[in-house]
Amino acid sequence: MTTPLVEMRDICISFGGVHAVDHVSVDLHPGEVVGLLGHNGAGKSTLIKILSGAYQADSGEILINGEKVEIHNPRDARSHQIETIYQTLALADNLDAASNLFLGRELVTPFGLVDDDAMEAETRKIMARLNPNFQKFSEPVSALSGGQRQSVAIARAVYFNARILIMDEPTAALGPHETQMVAELIQQLKADGIGIFLISHDIHDVMELCDRASVMKNGKLVGVVDVDDVTDDDLLGMIILGKKPEGVDC
Amino acid sequence: MPQHDTNALPTAQKRGFFQTLEIDLRLLGMVGAFVILCIGFDFATGGRFLTPRNIFNLTIQTVSVAIMATGMVFVIVTRHIDLSVGALLATCSAIMAMTQTQFLPQVLGLGFDHALTPWITIVIGVIAGTAIGAFHGFLVGYLTIPAFIVTLGGLLVWRNVAWYMTSGKTIGPLDTTFQKFGGINGTLGASGSWIVGALATAAALFGLLNARRNKLKHGFAVKPLWAEYVLGGIAASAILGFVATLNAYDVPTRKLQRLFDARGEVMPEGFTQSYGIPISVLVLIAIAIGMTILARRTRLGRYIFATGGNPDAAELSGINTRLLTVKIFALMGALCAISAIVASARLTNHSNDIGTLDELRVIAAAVIGGTALAGGVGTIHGAILGALIMQSLQSGMAMVGVDAPLQNIVVGAVLVLAVLIDIIYRKRTGGA
Ligand SMILES: Nc1ncnc2c1ncn2[C@@H]1O[C@H](COP(=O)(O)OP(=O)(O)O)[C@@H](O)[C@H]1O
Ligand SMILES: [Mg+2]
Repeated sequence: MTTPLVEMRDICISFGGVHAVDHVSVDLHPGEVVGLLGHNGAGKSTLIKILSGAYQADSGEILINGEKVEIHNPRDARSHQIETIYQTLALADNLDAASNLFLGRELVTPFGLVDDDAMEAETRKIMARLNPNFQKFSEPVSALSGGQRQSVAIARAVYFNARILIMDEPTAALGPHETQMVAELIQQLKADGIGIFLISHDIHDVMELCDRASVMKNGKLVGVVDVDDVTDDDLLGMIILGKKPEGVDC
Repeated sequence: MPQHDTNALPTAQKRGFFQTLEIDLRLLGMVGAFVILCIGFDFATGGRFLTPRNIFNLTIQTVSVAIMATGMVFVIVTRHIDLSVGALLATCSAIMAMTQTQFLPQVLGLGFDHALTPWITIVIGVIAGTAIGAFHGFLVGYLTIPAFIVTLGGLLVWRNVAWYMTSGKTIGPLDTTFQKFGGINGTLGASGSWIVGALATAAALFGLLNARRNKLKHGFAVKPLWAEYVLGGIAASAILGFVATLNAYDVPTRKLQRLFDARGEVMPEGFTQSYGIPISVLVLIAIAIGMTILARRTRLGRYIFATGGNPDAAELSGINTRLLTVKIFALMGALCAISAIVASARLTNHSNDIGTLDELRVIAAAVIGGTALAGGVGTIHGAILGALIMQSLQSGMAMVGVDAPLQNIVVGAVLVLAVLIDIIYRKRTGGA
């Protein structure tokens, strides 16, 4: 087997007395989509926030292309080409789409001043691809609908040539049409060799889009399965009962 | 209805006059309120309010609070507050007064009115203000003590550090060159003011042209040409009208007579001389331009507004929000020091109560100027206009003969009313 793009080994983190993530190991290969499933509060968001630098693990290690790395903050994660679409979207509501897309990585003029026009032009280009209906380029994102805000967050993760993409419930605020567009986008990114962690509630989404699924319950990893080897009911059993399906490698 | 009309077509046909000009309605409302205020006071005082002399005085009285208000915008935008600005001004003023009247002339032996004295003094004062501000920022950002507490403590500490340093005595007179930053003792005169006015007009027109060219380069929609001409016309007449007004205020004949006598010359018959733009106002304009560029066109400014809008999002975007807090308070400290230069130079000495209650005026100016205490929203020009409105209200009432306690009651009520109007306005327009 090839070296995984990402390996998170034996990760633990607790808040106060709560073991939000308890000895969890997951991995991800280039061009692969790995689903992270589990109830609310299972620890999915917390696990991927450790990879994106928002939290620091109490113990465990992260390897990228087989090499151990230290991710202390979101900048470190970005420098490893890890991009994240957060469940909360992490948008500054008072700024417009372009300012949000380039937040922390602004385009500047030769004098070092932020180049809003250039950033808006780039934003128009990527939005034309991701969400052709998007028109509100000069309003603050607080004036956008849920779906439009989500597409800004997706554009931000996709624009900067991610190698590792984390999507935390990316279709939560989307209608069926927009969800279909995200599904197509995932196929396209996968074909480009990008590794994707896809967090979802929706077993159907996971069965359709993912190669493997990791299931978490109460901060612990129930198991990792190949989606081709399991049925919807097997996954449901893992999520609800924390029970591994019989006769399947986990 | 909530903002749910996704992807509504751009309603280009229905745009009103002010939308076409892309002038912020809120700003327009404030300018309107200011104009009404001025005209009202002019009526009530029988035409004494809008004289060149009173406008000149209003302008120089506003500068110190306005300078600090620009910094307070950043503090409030990031959801903090600074209650210590008046006290910090006093400490900076005390440090600078001691430096120029005692340390440099006596200890270093430069003597009084040495050419280097004002500049060394200013550098020391600004360094002190920046360092104290940075320390506040460190306590807030890294040690996570609420800014309200840090600066409430700071108010007591720095007010009394100033007192302790000077033993409560008035220190003066200050260096002659230093005094030129105060207002009436340092002005550009008529021709100097016209030159500055012409340069400013040229810069404003160039700015409009440049913005339009950039938009066209990227193929974005631009305002119709007539709108650009109207904006250019408004900018030019505002700048040149202001210069003309300040130039219309002549130095009193007695004062000129004394100047000529001092030089051993004879004053020609009918000789007049205008004050023109005070240097302190130039300082404020330079700070306003610098702070506006900082707010709108630099990464630091972008991060300040992003952090105010959503601190978590800023953090997740890799912004070091703790260091940002240090920078914001350091900048606030530097601006307090600059205000201290202007305020003490205007009084020609350092007095123990300098800057007392300025924290309230500064916060009120920023808030009246549209800075939202919830964070993320505020403009530099709004804060300066807010300072001007506050000062006009105060001086106008004094001229009309309103009793001092009533003046303060009105100013307090106006502050609360301004915030109420702002809340209603934001609800109506659905803005953040
Ligand atoms: N910053 C935090 N402070 C305290 N508890 C937290 C924090 N973040 C997450 N938790 C807790 O960790 C657990 C896992 O949460 P989360 O990762 O958001 O779950 P999921 O994304 O799977 O719904 C929950 O019990 C949650 O309350
Ligand atoms: Mg979650």
